[in-house]
Amino acid sequence: MNLVRNPVALYGGILAASIAAPLVFPDYTFQFSVLWVMILFALTWDMLGGQMGYNSLGNIFFFGAGMYLCAIIQIGLYYDVAEYTAASGEIKVDITPPQYFLGLFLGIVAAALANAVFAAIFGWVVFGLRGPYFAIGTLGVALAAGELTGAWQYVGGGGGISLPVYPGEPDERSLFFYALCFLMAVVTFFTLRKVYSGRFGLAINAIRDDEAKAEGMGIHTNRYKTVGWAISAFFLGISGALFGNMIGFIEPLEVAFPTVTFGIFMVVMCLLGGKGTLWGPVVGATLFHAFKEVTWTYMLGWQWVALGALIIILVVFFQQGIVGWMQEKWPEMFGIVVDDKLAASGPELDDRPRRSEAAQ
Amino acid sequence: MSIHSKFVGAFAFGVAAAGLIFAAPAGAKVEGDEIVLGSAISFTGKYSANGINAKNGYNLGAKRINEMGGVKVGGKAYKLKIVYYDDESTPLRTAQLAERLINQDGVKYMLGPYSSATTKAIAPITEKYKIPMVEAEGAARSLFTQGYKYMFCVISTSEQYLTSAIALAAEMAEKSGRKPSDLKVAMAFENDPFSLDVRAGVVDDTKKFNMKVVIDDKLPRDLSDMAATLTKVKATKPDILLVSGHEKGAATAARQIKELKIDVPMIAITHCEAAKLIDKFGPAANGILCPTQWAETLSYKDKYFGTAMDYDKTFKATFEGYKNVPYQSAQATAAVLVWKDAFERAQSFDIEKVRDALAATDMQTFYGAIKFAKEGNNIAKPMVLRQIQDGKLNVVAPSKWASHKLEWPRKAMY
Amino acid sequence: MKIRRLRLRAEAVPHSKDHCGDIETGNHGMLDNIGLLIQAPLLNVQLLLDGIFVGAIFALAAYGLALVWGVMNVKNLAQGDFVITGGYLAWWLSQPRHVEIGIPGTEITLIDWVTPVIHPILSMPLVIVVMFGFGWLVYVAVIRRVIGKDLFTSLLATFGLALVMAQLLNLMFGPEVQVAESGFEIHSLGGLVTVATIKFVSLCLAAVLAAIVVVFMKYSRMGQAIRATAQDPRAAKVMGVDTDRVYAFTFSLNSAICGAAGVLISMIWVIQPFFGIAHSIRSFVIVTAAGLGNLPGVIMAGLGLGVAEFYAGFTFGAELQQFTVVGMLVAVLVWRQIQYSRHRQAVQ
Repeated sequence: MNLVRNPVALYGGILAASIAAPLVFPDYTFQFSVLWVMILFALTWDMLGGQMGYNSLGNIFFFGAGMYLCAIIQIGLYYDVAEYTAASGEIKVDITPPQYFLGLFLGIVAAALANAVFAAIFGWVVFGLRGPYFAIGTLGVALAAGELTGAWQYVGGGGGISLPVYPGEPDERSLFFYALCFLMAVVTFFTLRKVYSGRFGLAINAIRDDEAKAEGMGIHTNRYKTVGWAISAFFLGISGALFGNMIGFIEPLEVAFPTVTFGIFMVVMCLLGGKGTLWGPVVGATLFHAFKEVTWTYMLGWQWVALGALIIILVVFFQQGIVGWMQEKWPEMFGIVVDDKLAASGPELDDRPRRSEAAQ
Repeated sequence: MSIHSKFVGAFAFGVAAAGLIFAAPAGAKVEGDEIVLGSAISFTGKYSANGINAKNGYNLGAKRINEMGGVKVGGKAYKLKIVYYDDESTPLRTAQLAERLINQDGVKYMLGPYSSATTKAIAPITEKYKIPMVEAEGAARSLFTQGYKYMFCVISTSEQYLTSAIALAAEMAEKSGRKPSDLKVAMAFENDPFSLDVRAGVVDDTKKFNMKVVIDDKLPRDLSDMAATLTKVKATKPDILLVSGHEKGAATAARQIKELKIDVPMIAITHCEAAKLIDKFGPAANGILCPTQWAETLSYKDKYFGTAMDYDKTFKATFEGYKNVPYQSAQATAAVLVWKDAFERAQSFDIEKVRDALAATDMQTFYGAIKFAKEGNNIAKPMVLRQIQDGKLNVVAPSKWASHKLEWPRKAMY
Repeated sequence: MKIRRLRLRAEAVPHSKDHCGDIETGNHGMLDNIGLLIQAPLLNVQLLLDGIFVGAIFALAAYGLALVWGVMNVKNLAQGDFVITGGYLAWWLSQPRHVEIGIPGTEITLIDWVTPVIHPILSMPLVIVVMFGFGWLVYVAVIRRVIGKDLFTSLLATFGLALVMAQLLNLMFGPEVQVAESGFEIHSLGGLVTVATIKFVSLCLAAVLAAIVVVFMKYSRMGQAIRATAQDPRAAKVMGVDTDRVYAFTFSLNSAICGAAGVLISMIWVIQPFFGIAHSIRSFVIVTAAGLGNLPGVIMAGLGLGVAEFYAGFTFGAELQQFTVVGMLVAVLVWRQIQYSRHRQAVQ
């Protein structure tokens, strides 16, 4: 596994920067919150895609499910959801601060737990597929969820749901959600770090490298796959709940299940940063977010073309991503021992996913 | 520890770079002698046609006000300037752009986006930051039941769009000796807040007359094909067909009604003008009823543009390619007029004072009377119903404003 | 369940006790729709015909995908975007366009030309040639580099390609839905069923195109080379086949097939820059259901998908039509999985 030697300085530096950022640049607090959400996206995707070799194009499903579930609970605790979302929308909502926070808290908890369960269910359905089939299958599930939710009148269908308003000043609100997003990203990071450094990490890497042999060795691959996905889903659900509250209005296809945008961003961020590494997704997410905002501001109209081109270039030329590239150049820094005899026979290092036979 | 410093360096650089990169020039609410209004609106995507119509309306309003001496506050004259971002017809993007306009660009006065869906997305944000917004393109009733205090809407709400069509149908039924409750109603609506709201209004009205709803369909999301619904129409032979799907839905409906040679005594479609039905489908579009927020033949007038007809001429002279001026443009212009009026009554740029001035608006414009209810919607202006008759749009209802008689039943020429 | 009404209008709002202010279409509508189908059997004919006409084009595009998949093991997620591109070419040529190319910054115009109007059907050969060339370009630029790599790479690369193509189309032609007018008549059978002549023509053209490709693959030298490479690339290389050329040709052929399919789609259905992904998914569904190398299977699956879509749109409502496509994808994959699991294999 790829462990950066544990530097207090590094973590301390990031902590300081993260606390300072919204205070020094208060106008960009929302952008920073989105940045943390992106980092969480990348980290959770990498669990499956990078570490386990199961490239999912449908992780966004958990994001949207968490978002909707949280909204249903936040509203449903105090009012009837169907009435609230009825097109005439004639219920006047009046939620007190304690009610709001209780609803938010319960909503987040529910989103997290329910998504873990969803992951288990879908895993059972979808883990028999491999490689591209798995990718397309998950893509299909995410698209289908978006479409179905758009037809589900209980949650407002295509009209979406307006979420209860945060009781308090807008500055407070921005900081509040920033703090939550930051917290969740950090918790995710450390959870994954813990998980990767143990037996679990070795098992899922084994699945990535050669699943048949792993099964043959006695690893219950299905269990590991399901647990891995459940962990990802857990955090994704929470991020969905937070994001929904940050935006204030959720809509099935563009906000909750943006498969072709956020869903693909997850993949691109990990590719950019380095699949299968711990810091790779973090670096990738940060750079990607910056890239996206630059192109959106200055290349309006061409931003999607730039994004597509970025994907192609990354996939074709720079598969190992930034951290992967760094690992190649300075393997000692990462605690990787390079056996000179092996190194002489080929340039491949052992901790990047091995390519399956081209003939497959 | 070089790798660590590399990391810290990399990360800090990332954050700093991001911060610097985002540093677009921050415009204050009032720059020099310019008042900056902000708008996130659809230049691309499925709402782009009307998004651009609205933008043209906003620009014409600002241009005319600036030509006539600008906004006079505190003895000084200020020009209006409007800053736009493209929200690609996606509500999420509209919300994000609103955050950007308010936080990063420092905009304090907003103009609305196009469509109820995007307005619904942006309203919580302007409300959260207490930024007043005058919107002219979001008609869904649900916008006005959340208790928003900073949103003002110059247009009539959506449930009124097709009401007069149903009432007319009932009237025609009685004239021909049938009971209104014998009438069969077919409807197809887009799955978005606006159309669903129009539908809710229609459903209420049909219940009022006890009419029977035989078809109640949703249009596909891309609004490109309603053949299934029209096939059902052929099978069930309803007396009224109602369609609402913004301009694209209207274009699809008219096209397929012509292709499938649909014959229904009364057809009402929203957003006809923006869909350029007369241009594209000629005599095949005859007899279609089109609800409109504004018509150039109505007898409104004001000191900025003169009569509605004068506005129509000015607009066509300023922007190429318009055979009919869509009401979306007229109401956008009206929104800008409302801002000017509010600034001058408040005689201040303080947000709360301006907000209160907006709430107290009571003015006549070429677009119609504007007076806001406590909830924020305009209660002083009616919707009118026009019919395509011989290639022209004529007002046929309500009777107070009608200039022509309704042609019924519809004689289509395919 | 009383709903409080706020006074939004100047006049009084009548208080009605209806809590069903919004009729849930749900089951209520579905049963009604099924009832309609039973009452008016001709409606079934309509849906069947419409489904078959469109399904034939789906099958054509799917055949191209199967070709690329079988020969190069590239799962082309941009398939649908190639189709839409072909459609846009045909649409663009079907109306006079004023093309002005000049030197920017000066007043000199090099080309000032109004394109002739080419009927979409007649433009098909031109579109095929242009798309073939375009496919070759794409192969050289992108695909060649992802062939040897792992399978997710090709998927993601083609996805990036799909994104770029869709956005370029959007920038060039705008986001509106377009149809290439063919000017053919529409016949009405029995008052309920309308059949546009163009749909028949399109069906015939699709069949002819498929036949041409099949004959080509069977009897021409390049076709044989392609099949040889598909069977065993190394052996083919040893036997002197230039596999790179074969791959380029295959991909370009696929692009041309998609282009032709696009021309047909633009005439009998609609095109829009962002419809590509839906067409890609349809092709995937068909190929997955039918399996590679199974042409009759592809045809049946294509027709079946078309009919299923139209029936679903009619019965469940248009808002669920997109869901049907995706739902079928998931269903087909799950079914395949169940099939394979009996042999203790995974769907690779």
